[in-house]
Amino acid sequence: MPPELTKNGLVVPYRRESADPPYLWPDYVATRTRAPKRPLITLPHTLSEVTGPVYGHERVGELDHDLTQQHEGEPLGERIILHGRVLDGDDRPVRNTLMELWQANAAGRYRHEVDVHPAPIDPNFEGAGRCVTDDEGRYRFITVKPGAYPWKNHPNAWRAAHIHLSLFGPAFATRLVTQMYFPGDPLFYQDPIFNSVREGRDRERMISRFDLTETVPEWALAYHFDIVLRGRETTPVEDS
Amino acid sequence: MTLPTPSQTVGPFFHIGLPYEGGPHLVEPDAAGAIRVGGRVFDGEGEPVNDAVIEIWQANGAGRYDHPEDTREELPLDEGFRGFGRCETSPDGSYEFVTVKPGQVPAPDGGLQAPHIEVSVLARGVLKRIATRIYFPDEQEANEADPVLALVEDQERRSTLVARKEDGALRFDIHLQGGGETVFFDV
Repeated sequence: MPPELTKNGLVVPYRRESADPPYLWPDYVATRTRAPKRPLITLPHTLSEVTGPVYGHERVGELDHDLTQQHEGEPLGERIILHGRVLDGDDRPVRNTLMELWQANAAGRYRHEVDVHPAPIDPNFEGAGRCVTDDEGRYRFITVKPGAYPWKNHPNAWRAAHIHLSLFGPAFATRLVTQMYFPGDPLFYQDPIFNSVREGRDRERMISRFDLTETVPEWALAYHFDIVLRGRETTPVEDS
Repeated sequence: MTLPTPSQTVGPFFHIGLPYEGGPHLVEPDAAGAIRVGGRVFDGEGEPVNDAVIEIWQANGAGRYDHPEDTREELPLDEGFRGFGRCETSPDGSYEFVTVKPGQVPAPDGGLQAPHIEVSVLARGVLKRIATRIYFPDEQEANEADPVLALVEDQERRSTLVARKEDGALRFDIHLQGGGETVFFDV
């Protein structure tokens, strides 16, 4: 048994259990030509996988978490506070980790050249934000509720309203990009991206909950969304 | 134990939120030892993937990661070098990073891994991060001894993980699917 873990390359691996969708989910047409088809090689967790980008705060400005204050005027739409915690698989806070967010505006239009569907651009809404979690793993964004929007995956296809979230966590192994949905969306049943997650209880974990306690009277509604990153095994793994 | 929140695709509009100034430059192009590493991303029909974002993570030239769990303080960190880069693909599916060649890092068997760069591919139509590694063509001996490369039994497939020299840069194409599919890892 080597005396020092890192020096000898033994590290404590991250758990591999996941609720992730498969790469190939034919209902989401774009996966058909982009999903790897050869079997994946299971990558042992080495120092390269248990380390990852640790961000300084310099990239995050004071107002980066507030998508309603990035322009001269306020964006149109239903103002919301989106907040929650980032936790590992053992309910421990993931501190000081960068979260990046992007979304459509209240009319369901992205400020992006590829989105040309006939809904208005909001000159006061960019749709991007970032923040860093605090010591309890908490985060908080102020934004507007994004609209649903049509896409060309199948006839009359509409994406359920969602907000894109990107997180790093402490390691290459904990990288996560997901989408957060809103409770009671009538479009869930026909959205193949949402339904690519196979278990209903796992899809539920992508849906925020309305949070009356965090609303600000006369000003904003609030939604709560906790994000869980991969947890860690308790002992280092021997070379197998 | 709670399972992680499920992954979802970055979709086609990630340019709003993910790219940032200097993302592809881990070092300045005129820095000592700067190398260019890039290539193109293709789908299963051989079409360029123009809406992918590639992220890399690597050790510095001394083989040290800028991370609290790399406790080998005898190896220097480089001021300003984090080891992370992000580059969205161009209309022709191309990406390019400017970085330094990483040093060797420990392997679980007590030896060393060959120099390598960790890669994440995120894209429309990609429901969860696709992971691979870039190895270096001038490290034949270290590559032969690398425990991760050794997991890929088929020599031809293994070669998809090794960049090739081209016009003074290192070229690493990523084939998401089909003939010549790049070796991908379950991290």
